Amino acid sequence: MDIQVRVWRQSDSSDKGRMVTYDVKDISPDASFLEMLDVLNEKLILDGADPVAFDHDCREGICGMCSMVIDGVAHGPQRATTTCQLHMRHFKDGDVIDVEPWRAAAFPVIKDLVVDRSAFDRIIQAGGYITAPTGAAPEAHATPVPKKDADLAFEAATCIACGACVAACPNGSSMLFTAAKVAHLGLMPQGQPERDTRVIDMLQAQDDAGFGGCTNMGECAEVCPKGIPLNLIGRLNSDYRKALRNSAR
Amino acid sequence: MNDFWQDGEGIADTAAPDGPIETRWERRKFTAKLVNPANRRKLTVIVVGTGLAGGSAAATLAEAGYHVKSYCYQDTPRRAHSIAAQGGINAAKNYRNDGDSIYRLFYDTVKGGDFRARESNVYRLASVSVNIIDQCVAQGVPFAREYGGLLDNRSFGGTQVSRTFYARGQTGQQLLLGAYQAMERQIGLGTIEMNARHEMLELIVVEGKARGIVVRDMVTGEITTEMADAVVLASGGYGNVFFLSTNAKGCNVTASWRAHRKGALFANPCYTQIHPTCIPESGTHQSKLTLMSESLRNDGRVWVPLAAGDARKPGDIPEAERDYYLERIYPSFGNLVPRDIASRAAKNVCDEGRGVGPGGLGVYLDFADAIGRLGQKAVEAKYGNLFEMYERITGENPYETPMRIYPAVHYTMGGLWVDYDLQSTIPGLFVVGEANFSDHGANRLGASALMQGLGDGYFVLPTTLGNYLAAGPFATVPQDHEAVVEARRAVEDRISRFLSIDGDRTVDSFHRELGHIMWEYCGMERTEEGLTKAIGLIRSLRDEFWQRVKVPGTGEQLNQNLEKAGRVADFFELGELMCIDALHRRESCGGHFRAESQSEDGEALRHDDEFSYVAAWEYFGADRKPTLHKEQLEFEYVHPSTRSYK
Amino acid sequence: MAAAAATPARTSKRTSSVLLKILMAGTGILLVLFLFAHMIGNLKIFFGEETFDHYGHWLRTIGSPALPDEWFLWIQRGGLTLAIVAHIVAATILARRARAARPVRYAHRPKVQAGYAARTMRWGGVIVLLFIVYHILDLTTLTLNPNAESGKPYANIVADFAPGRWYVTLFYAISIIAVGLHLRHGIWSAARTLGQQTARGQRIGQGIALLLSLVLVVGYLAVPFAVLTGLVD
Repeated sequence: MDIQVRVWRQSDSSDKGRMVTYDVKDISPDASFLEMLDVLNEKLILDGADPVAFDHDCREGICGMCSMVIDGVAHGPQRATTTCQLHMRHFKDGDVIDVEPWRAAAFPVIKDLVVDRSAFDRIIQAGGYITAPTGAAPEAHATPVPKKDADLAFEAATCIACGACVAACPNGSSMLFTAAKVAHLGLMPQGQPERDTRVIDMLQAQDDAGFGGCTNMGECAEVCPKGIPLNLIGRLNSDYRKALRNSAR
Repeated sequence: MNDFWQDGEGIADTAAPDGPIETRWERRKFTAKLVNPANRRKLTVIVVGTGLAGGSAAATLAEAGYHVKSYCYQDTPRRAHSIAAQGGINAAKNYRNDGDSIYRLFYDTVKGGDFRARESNVYRLASVSVNIIDQCVAQGVPFAREYGGLLDNRSFGGTQVSRTFYARGQTGQQLLLGAYQAMERQIGLGTIEMNARHEMLELIVVEGKARGIVVRDMVTGEITTEMADAVVLASGGYGNVFFLSTNAKGCNVTASWRAHRKGALFANPCYTQIHPTCIPESGTHQSKLTLMSESLRNDGRVWVPLAAGDARKPGDIPEAERDYYLERIYPSFGNLVPRDIASRAAKNVCDEGRGVGPGGLGVYLDFADAIGRLGQKAVEAKYGNLFEMYERITGENPYETPMRIYPAVHYTMGGLWVDYDLQSTIPGLFVVGEANFSDHGANRLGASALMQGLGDGYFVLPTTLGNYLAAGPFATVPQDHEAVVEARRAVEDRISRFLSIDGDRTVDSFHRELGHIMWEYCGMERTEEGLTKAIGLIRSLRDEFWQRVKVPGTGEQLNQNLEKAGRVADFFELGELMCIDALHRRESCGGHFRAESQSEDGEALRHDDEFSYVAAWEYFGADRKPTLHKEQLEFEYVHPSTRSYK
Repeated sequence: MAAAAATPARTSKRTSSVLLKILMAGTGILLVLFLFAHMIGNLKIFFGEETFDHYGHWLRTIGSPALPDEWFLWIQRGGLTLAIVAHIVAATILARRARAARPVRYAHRPKVQAGYAARTMRWGGVIVLLFIVYHILDLTTLTLNPNAESGKPYANIVADFAPGRWYVTLFYAISIIAVGLHLRHGIWSAARTLGQQTARGQRIGQGIALLLSLVLVVGYLAVPFAVLTGLVD
């Protein structure tokens, strides 16, 4: 199939950037979206042009590196699918496809479609962990965890930190990301001692990183490739309120 | 024969204690020198790579009080390819009371490695396995649990005990996030200096000791020299030498290869694991291959048409005209034979022209029987997410039409040679995880890679590295030291050379061609003739690369093709060494099958009398013969026997 | 060095967005409670002029004799003003943050999944504020009321929504619908902000929010349309 892509080109963080149109011919419907861009880049290189920079690594939907807004939707039109797992069979011959980077002040563009997501790391640094220095762990079976809690914690822990939630949010908020980590650790008995400080510190880090606040629009959960549920944000809010109450005591 | 290599002196692992195997690690821990806690912050350790091994090592070393500098090429340490491991992690907890023990895990791993691994190392791995689970649970890793709240276990990779801990199909992800979070905690405390989007391009060796690395900031292109008291490589495997593999696109051998060029021996490079259940190639655009969990073989039946060239749809081929070849050849293990055997059998039927799908490179994995027996609901509950993944990639519904699978390169057992302390032949250079060669012999068992990565990083390295650092802090190396300047210049020269060639072929086109050569001649089945031919092809392709490659852009910016060029250049040299290693090992063992060495019924034939050693290679230059050093393997506890799955 | 990953982007600490949201939820709930009380009072108009005017008078004497006349009313007015100011201040801070957090728009504007109500919270809020100002000038201070007879709310309302002044009724109706939309998202959003956290609860919460908003809209529109159609005169 033959398509056109309109890609955001920006040579570095100081460049203003613009959309540029390219023809991509003879693409197999079985190719992935990134493989389509590979084909485009091979052509650009041989034409002496600058290939399109984009983040990608595992190409199997788990590392969270790929990050493109395709036709206005983070990770493209297929639900619960990362860009690397999106295949060209979901497009039609002759389509014009817009490809843009994540847009958020907390995720500045480095080049073309590559953005800096280190703000997510800073949120984790603030408290997205359980303090358990190596060697100090008790026997694994010492603390049973109800299966229901373990399953819910796992579901929340499947977040890949791709940042699609932020890219889709009209407020540029990272609440779904933070909520997922707070829920994962807060559901485990091991996570209880730091539960209050964790939620307060992570939310502070999130605010300080320049993310917006949540207005419960739900755009984040719509684009999340791992299906992190929106209601975890309610859990985060509830944890925060309890933490404030406990710290006031 | 000596057109390709020369024989050198033997090498021995002098760090390993002898005596009863059960207490060797205890005794090593006791004899290891300790570093005074007050001195630790004065000691700097560089850790390259942030996967299970690197992440756990960096966090643990920082917790112990060392100053750690960590590097990864991804944008955050949480994306290292350990994250993609699906199946699980083994540990000898014996929670199922099914007769498991440290000794049995040790035994299974030595045997599974086809008697090409060190007993001491494997025993230690098995014994720390239990601590790993404790550690991960304490970090909040959401392992699968039973209704009583205790950890669930499953049997994995054909073992007869249930010792595999798992978190649905995302065990690697959850374990890595545990290590990542521990690391981020230390970054927040200022004990780890994290450098994401940085790539190690050279090792700095001063007076015989590893003292630093040269790195490139992949965003700005800035080259810096980073100094330390010790360097730890946790940079993963080299499966991407095949271009198509289940590795992440960025996985590369550069860190290991640069160390190898500086004197670290490279052991058993030819041992590569080919995983049987991957999604086949769909065309020339293919950029990577995707693995599907081996657990699919528990209920799926593998078959191909009986007749070559049968182009009918799978549903139109009657039972009588199908060949369930694994069940036919291996009646007792059937579809559950080990990875290497399943992979080679698939290759054989495809070579006979009976392969299915585009290009005839695929076999069916059919769930019709399982759906009939258990019902679609039950199959969906067990494999739903894998079926979805398959459908997402291929556009075919595996509930209706059989899956197509084909083997793909998945893991590399070879790596930098290390002693019992995980120290390479360069003092102060330690190697952990898939980057070293130490624990899996010629073949890795399922759910053992995660165990090794975390065992090395959490428990082994922090002890053995302390023994080395007890002699430090070492004298500060000035930036204008000859070795530093030379290493830096080598990096800069190489970058400007890539940029100045300005040829007419892309880096990827070379990589793809190298991959074809490797897969064809150094893949599932190797022959003397093929390997000899491959070495010639690689050499001429490498020459062509240095004449005709085109790397766009400059060195002072984010330049993904420049990064790739450096990695592919190293893959050329590694690929050649892999072929040489495969050529010299005239036996079949584990992931290395030499067509000349098979039994009458086509099974792998080891030659323990001749090849019961680790082949450790020394580098002398891209155009000079490498030297082979042999480390003889002794088997005091598990006596070599022939694997049989018939 | 790229120790950037370890250095926070800002040194000053921001007031927590979630705290601001809790403030908005709390003040929002107060205002909704007031709207219901106000609506119930309004509907007394259907019981006739005497009852309605009597109710208006009673409002001024709540708390009597413990409180002097109108004291309760002024306390309530003060409380409502504080709530509205806090609600608006928090909203403004959050809106400015949101704008700063998303400085560049997408060239390809996405289809949004959130409803119209959720997307119009900010502009809707501004319309509601303008309406409140007009509404006070009209029926509290009577500055803009055509009848403007103190102590005769029934007559004032009838004069206000007289058929000849259809544009006033139209503006009132539009404003009330804006209030309804604002609450349709706002009521559920407040529940979420205060910790509602199940998917089922979300469906129920959104249903309740829709129901309450509808009740308010119908309740408030009943009066002007009753005047307009002559049901009340």
